[in-house]
Amino acid sequence: MLELRSLTAGYDRRAPVVRDVNLTVAPGESVGLLGPSGCGKSTLARVAALLHRPDRGQVVIDGEPAHGWRHRAPRSQRTAFGVVFQQPRLAADPRLTLTQLIAEPLRATGRAAEVTDRVRELARTVGLGEDLLGRRPHEVSDGQLQRACLARALVLRPRWLICDEMTAMLDASTTAALVTAVENYRADSGAGLLAVGHDKVLLERWCDRTVHWDELTRA
Amino acid sequence: MADAPTASAAEADVSWRSAASRSGRAVVGARKPSRSTRAWRVWSSAAIVTAVVLAVLIVPPLADLDEQAVHLADKLLPPSLEHPFGTDDVGRDLLLRCVYGLRVSLLVGVVAAVVATVIGTAVGALAAASGGWVDRLVMRLVDVFSSVPHLLLGIFIVAMFRPGVWPVVISVALTHWLSTARIVRAEVLSLRSRPYVDAAISGGASRWRVTVRHLLPGVLPQAGLAAVLMVPHAIWHESALSFLGLGLPTHQASLGTLVQGARSSLLAGDWWPTLFPGLFIIVPTLAIAGLAGAWRDRINPRRRSELML
Repeated sequence: MLELRSLTAGYDRRAPVVRDVNLTVAPGESVGLLGPSGCGKSTLARVAALLHRPDRGQVVIDGEPAHGWRHRAPRSQRTAFGVVFQQPRLAADPRLTLTQLIAEPLRATGRAAEVTDRVRELARTVGLGEDLLGRRPHEVSDGQLQRACLARALVLRPRWLICDEMTAMLDASTTAALVTAVENYRADSGAGLLAVGHDKVLLERWCDRTVHWDELTRA
Repeated sequence: MADAPTASAAEADVSWRSAASRSGRAVVGARKPSRSTRAWRVWSSAAIVTAVVLAVLIVPPLADLDEQAVHLADKLLPPSLEHPFGTDDVGRDLLLRCVYGLRVSLLVGVVAAVVATVIGTAVGALAAASGGWVDRLVMRLVDVFSSVPHLLLGIFIVAMFRPGVWPVVISVALTHWLSTARIVRAEVLSLRSRPYVDAAISGGASRWRVTVRHLLPGVLPQAGLAAVLMVPHAIWHESALSFLGLGLPTHQASLGTLVQGARSSLLAGDWWPTLFPGLFIIVPTLAIAGLAGAWRDRINPRRRSELML
């Protein structure tokens, strides 16, 4: 169970972006969070992934409250989340090849031995050709790069996936491919999903339930 | 009347700048040096730097000449075929002493610049990557250090040791890492807020790994450029310390001690012992700065502009 309890967060304590939000995602459940641009849903996603410290409130992961954020969070808690960001260009270190990009979490957690097998397997899962794996981010398209970013998010087999406007910059076929890859992974692993976006049609078809930002803040 | 030569000297001194900035009216969109001018500058700088490095590396070991050899009979000879730069007041060949002096100055300049850059990068990266009170404390210390004029601080440091090459290196390195630390900190702060750092944290990367894998490689071009720009500055600093009698011992040739030793003969009207070491300070440092400027233009084409010294 991933529980966000009365979270207040933002970048200025006097004017928080997220005010007193409650949201629960059950294991294996997929929740779509709908909201207009700039309402704070990305901030909420960052808080949920332990990447941004909230001003007030609690994030409870499988009954265990999070006490630290970013580097202060224990590694096991941080890696329980696979995060896919809106803009693949900004979310990929320009100096790494796609293979290195996908393998980076494995290396960071001391599992370099698995790199070759996992990268090949994931490249197939997200539909990346082998010939693309040696390229750097500027040599591939946005869609291809976002596939690599999804592969990176899946490489540690997270229990929770957080997709922050994952498909906002992509065309319909890439969107379908990525959503299918996420759903296949969830069917295998039983991971929960928090998908943030503004595309009502997509989220309603993709997720078990969708929540509108207004309902969250009013509840 | 007295002002006229000074003004023209200043004019000549900055002749490598574009006409717009020389007249003090540099504006956005002002005429920039043409492509061929820039290429010419880069190539001439590269040629000078290559010649200097070769001279410094090859002449001392190959030519079995003693730059300390005194020939009192030949003292203060003007430039001639036998002594292209003339001789000094105890009859030592000035060309040879200039080459040996440049060797010491370059060594000091390069080593001090590298050490200063390493210190600056480490401090700047530490401050920015840690954030919070570590950042505030470290950067306030940097402010405190930079509030002391660095020549003064340098003099204080060399004064603690016997004269020699390494005290000068230490003195220059310990007083010149501040600007690099600021540059690196600013750069790391901007990189640190990129989503790929978020992604790395979410992937379980430690603070150390994020810094070494993602942040430092991003600042290396800036830090390398700062190091190269620091070399001429360090050479000037060494010359200044030696000129003041605080750097190298006076018998050892360095560009600073050469200019210092030549002062008495300059008053007697003998210009060559001052002119040639002076040129040896100015020309190679301008060439190094020229190359650094070209490098900066490459990594940041939008700021294609003046050399910054």
